[in-house]
Amino acid sequence: MPIQTRRDDDGQTLVIRIQGRFDFSTHQAFRDAYEHGDPDIRNYLVDLSETTYLDSSALGMLLLLRDYAGGDSARIVIENCNNDVRRILSISNFEQLFNIR
Amino acid sequence: MDDSVAEYNSPLRILIADDSDSDRLILKTLLKRLGHEVLDVANGLDAVSVFQREAPDLVLLDALMPVMDGMEAARQIKFLAGERLVPLIFLTSLSEAGALARCLEAGGDDFLGKPYNRIIIEAKIKAFNRMRLMHQALSDQRDLIRERNRQLTEEQEIAKRVFDNVAHSGCLDAANIRYHASPQSIFNGDVLFASPRPAGGMLIFVGDFTGHGLPAAIGAMPVAEIFYGMANKGFNGQDVLREINQKLKRILPTGMFCCGAMIEADFKLNQVQIWNGGLPDGWLIRPSGERLALPSRHLPLGILPPDQFNAEFERVGAAPGDRVLMMTDGFLESSDSAGNVFGEQGVTATLDRLDVSDHPFDAMMSAVHRFTGHFEGGDDLTLCSLEMVYEAGLATLPDHAVPSALAGPAEWRCTYEIRERTLGEFSPLPLLLHICMEVPGLRRKSGEIYTLLAELYNNALEHGVLELPSEWKHSPEGFGRYYAERNRRLANVEGHYIRFTLHHSLKPDGGRLRVVCEDSGRGFDFHNHPSVAAGISPTTSGRYAGRGLLLLKRLAETIRFHEQGNHVEIAYDWQFARTAENRDDR
Repeated sequence: MPIQTRRDDDGQTLVIRIQGRFDFSTHQAFRDAYEHGDPDIRNYLVDLSETTYLDSSALGMLLLLRDYAGGDSARIVIENCNNDVRRILSISNFEQLFNIR
Repeated sequence: MDDSVAEYNSPLRILIADDSDSDRLILKTLLKRLGHEVLDVANGLDAVSVFQREAPDLVLLDALMPVMDGMEAARQIKFLAGERLVPLIFLTSLSEAGALARCLEAGGDDFLGKPYNRIIIEAKIKAFNRMRLMHQALSDQRDLIRERNRQLTEEQEIAKRVFDNVAHSGCLDAANIRYHASPQSIFNGDVLFASPRPAGGMLIFVGDFTGHGLPAAIGAMPVAEIFYGMANKGFNGQDVLREINQKLKRILPTGMFCCGAMIEADFKLNQVQIWNGGLPDGWLIRPSGERLALPSRHLPLGILPPDQFNAEFERVGAAPGDRVLMMTDGFLESSDSAGNVFGEQGVTATLDRLDVSDHPFDAMMSAVHRFTGHFEGGDDLTLCSLEMVYEAGLATLPDHAVPSALAGPAEWRCTYEIRERTLGEFSPLPLLLHICMEVPGLRRKSGEIYTLLAELYNNALEHGVLELPSEWKHSPEGFGRYYAERNRRLANVEGHYIRFTLHHSLKPDGGRLRVVCEDSGRGFDFHNHPSVAAGISPTTSGRYAGRGLLLLKRLAETIRFHEQGNHVEIAYDWQFARTAENRDDR
């Protein structure tokens, strides 16, 4: 399974971890990862430590997650990007929308 | 599943070819008892003709027969069956491996040994029927996919024609623009538009939509409409971008957006303004070899709501001969046969090697082709270069057809005033140009009218209201300072205004447009201004830089200053086109 989710210790953070390529083929799995409507979830953490590649449709999926999580009030952290992934995120200036670290 | 189970057990039409009457009868009886319909013949030739006529589902063929043996019949039957899978089972008492192998080489799928064993026959027929049905299902699906694909290609062809009509190529064919875009690029999500501006200069938009196919193409349509519609009316790059962003935000589903860059080239001021949101670094390349990266500083279009969208351009001084290069992601992602991508390194390495005589566009295209090792038609990359030129060297745009000069408003007057914070937020030029363009006789002159209005407005705003000294613009450091100061002062314009009064009337041989531009600034001493007095020798001091004033003098019949210099009046005359010209234009 290229996408794994778990609740973080505090129970309010959903950690979504994407392995391998983050592109259109993971579309459904990525949506399934957060669209379970758990009311306790307040924060999202997208762990890209094992993500090798990210394309523009993945950027689109991140925007969908942001919308789902409340748009401008969404609390989403994207972390552990490798250099290529980081470059794609910063060309699109996604640090204006997400907390990338 | 019920349907297919039923089909597995449904009766088949089976053809038996065997020259032994007794063997044939035994087999026929056996198969009939299993519920199948049986056709039987005694030699290969008859087998072929019955097969052709009756198209049975399965063929049982004796290997050795008179007239035509089983091998030859098998070859012909397989040929006739074409793509249809008709299981062909040899009936044989042969046991020598070579003979059995020849049966399969001739097209047989299996063999049944004589004497017959009912259980094995039944099992084999069932097994081959399953295979036949599976093959059938696969072929049906393949045909369906093939048909759908054909439809899709056809629809895309039509969609592309519609898109091309909307998007047209603008001024992409101008001598100072070079570009590469695949003919089907719209279905890769790439767009490239270029338009001359009424005031001179050019506007170029390079875009890359997320996704492929029709969704990308549909998103591109309104972008083309907005771009060409607004650029034509004299809106600047910022206004066009804001409108595109707002429109895309509204119509695209979340998750779909457009990476893009807008380039506004001003050949009069020798400057390039650029906005890059999500495209790879663009480059400004000077003839000296010096180059400047134009990186993405904004989110792509269609993500942020209008109130959060930042349409601020970067301004770069650029002289004739300087070239701007923009590309889409597909350029960097061009890959060689081993799957390595051209990447940013490919671009910088190419630019590093650039010779003075090389055109960067050609250098980049040949580098990427060398890298991928082949020139494929279906590439997914867009590359565009724009060269700065002397304004005078640029061929003027072809005029649109001249409508009758007598229709439309001839006698009118209007006053339009913008005040206070609107001074910093809104340009009245497109609106004023639009009003003037209602007069058919002025329509052919849109470039000159726009220039007049723009010169008057910019002078009133920058030197009248904001009191910016134009000499700052003459040094590279001053250039930045000028625009920083401009933005700072625009935030503080309480009580200020700029008022345009347009007045048009007909004359016997044409018409006259009078434009009065007043502002709330302190004005200037026009009586002793060298350009006003002598009409020569551009000066860099005072309110009017010589260049702007000379331009006004050249285009207008008369120019007069009133009050303390904050009230300018110009008259612009036009003549009816000669009758001969009218006929040509129609």
